[in-house]
Amino acid sequence: MSNTDKLHEIRAIIVRHKRWDLMFMAVGMFALMIAVLTFTVLFAQMIIDGMPRLSWDFFTSFPSRRPGSAGILSAWVGTSLVMLVTIVAAVPMGIGAGVYLEEYAPKNLVTEIIEVNVTNLAGVPSIIYGLLALGLFVYQLGFGQSILSAGLALALLILPVVIVTTREAIRAIPVAIREGAYALGATKWQTVSDHLIPYAAAGILTGIIIGLARAIGETAPIITIGAMTFIAFLPPSLVQTEFPFLSFEWLTSPFTVMPIQMFNWVSRPEEAFQLNAAAAGLVLVVMTLAMNGLAIYLRYHMRKKIKW
Amino acid sequence: MTAKSPAEISQPRRLGYSFRRNLRERFIEALLFLTAFASVAITLAIVVMLVKESYEFFQHVSIWDFLTDTQWTPLFDDAHYGILPLVSGTLVSSAVALLVAIPLGTIIAIYLSEFAPFTVREIAKPFLELLGGVPTIVYGYFALLFVTPLLQQIFPELPGFSLLSAGLVMGIMIIPYVSSLSEDAMRAVPMSMREGSYAMGATRFQTAIRVVMPAAYSGIAAAYILGISRAVGETMVVAVAAGMQPNLTWNPMEPAATITAYIVQVSLGDLPHGSIGYQTIFAAGLTLLLMTLSFNIIGHILRKRYREIY
Repeated sequence: MSNTDKLHEIRAIIVRHKRWDLMFMAVGMFALMIAVLTFTVLFAQMIIDGMPRLSWDFFTSFPSRRPGSAGILSAWVGTSLVMLVTIVAAVPMGIGAGVYLEEYAPKNLVTEIIEVNVTNLAGVPSIIYGLLALGLFVYQLGFGQSILSAGLALALLILPVVIVTTREAIRAIPVAIREGAYALGATKWQTVSDHLIPYAAAGILTGIIIGLARAIGETAPIITIGAMTFIAFLPPSLVQTEFPFLSFEWLTSPFTVMPIQMFNWVSRPEEAFQLNAAAAGLVLVVMTLAMNGLAIYLRYHMRKKIKW
Repeated sequence: MTAKSPAEISQPRRLGYSFRRNLRERFIEALLFLTAFASVAITLAIVVMLVKESYEFFQHVSIWDFLTDTQWTPLFDDAHYGILPLVSGTLVSSAVALLVAIPLGTIIAIYLSEFAPFTVREIAKPFLELLGGVPTIVYGYFALLFVTPLLQQIFPELPGFSLLSAGLVMGIMIIPYVSSLSEDAMRAVPMSMREGSYAMGATRFQTAIRVVMPAAYSGIAAAYILGISRAVGETMVVAVAAGMQPNLTWNPMEPAATITAYIVQVSLGDLPHGSIGYQTIFAAGLTLLLMTLSFNIIGHILRKRYREIY
């Protein structure tokens, strides 16, 4: 075989292999398109079915046996109150744990156990948290099937997210900042509270938003607690006219939340209720998309702005 | 107020101050430790709660019956407590989901990490993240009212509830988890390895398949394990679209309840605390936790064994 023949052969091989490259490019694009297309169809379906039902009345009416006049008032109020409990419980705990693991923890067995544990907790199915809350909060501690139990269950669920993002945000702060604070005589806590937490705030906030976006859409743990699917009243008000002006009665009130309301409507055979489900789903999707979008924007913005 | 020179500050006062300061530091450190330790307490609480109620359950039902009986009818007069039908439903729906999520997720990860131009990656990554953030109940609605009717056009005999449509939608739902973790693992492979491969005349595809993927194996395995855990523990999609009837079948075209769907079904009713029906959901939950745990342990072993360190 002459050299030119060999050259031709090698070129043929290269062309063949390059063709594989192109084919994979096409396959990759196609796979990505399946994901994009599914999401588009899902969103379009929600809009087509749900949009006609979305009106002011839909937000200000209680659920009803007549699908045309049913609304999500008790559901969105319930969701907001449950989220309030979740924030109050998960944010201090998550930040505290993140700060401890990143700044204080000695390298020992206990620390390692905690770290492995946080990773494992993130992989526990959400319905298991519901069972924990059912056994522990509802019966053992006697909180009942209330907003408090639900909020705490979701707080446990998003705790790993908050811990992990807090750690990442704090880890990204250069050591020089800490050394500067110590050089001026600050204690460890002063360094953490005056410097590290404020500088990591945007990162921590991203984690909290992502966690909350997940909590808002979670249905399984709250059903497991025994939340009711048909609630035609609102929990007691947060504020009252007499001293001390704040009331905590709402914590023990029965409730429903947006995803449960939607689940209730989806599982009915009448088509009119399923249109309500689409409308509730649309509200839910827009809310979670907005929250996740905000988190993504914050992260992007931070990456551009902060130069240590 | 005049400033004091250091000499004027008496020694005991400075000591007293630093004592208070130390005390506060210690107190805060202890408090922070408690918040970190809470995660361990949560795990313990989960295990204790599930084992305690399951123990009560197994006082009434022998473990042998639980594992071998082929019927699950705890709320009927003729009660059978065989977990197999729920396990089969869970495994079949998860298998369908993973058949969708693992190939597509891996292809997307390779594409984004090795092939896609910068702008495509910058747009696709947040988009996939959004896809993973959609509430699962919404996916359930989509499976029941869009995917099932669509599949019925192709398979006219498909019932209104089926493991197939629930599994397919669950698969799409899990893609972002698989793709984003795998992509992170592939991008962590040092550039010099790719450059070495290109220098030897390999194409992009060959480099991706024969160099980058083996090097990122442990991270990709972790992504798959997470995907499996998600599929096995997923609740709302199957509760809405796969039906609530326990059914011992390996055929995805049939309706069947999963472990999670059963827990939801019981929770929707009003079971008195302490009844055997109440205990069944904890026994089912324990089974679910053990299933996800064993997948995680397998993943951990695989990772340790094939870990590549650079």
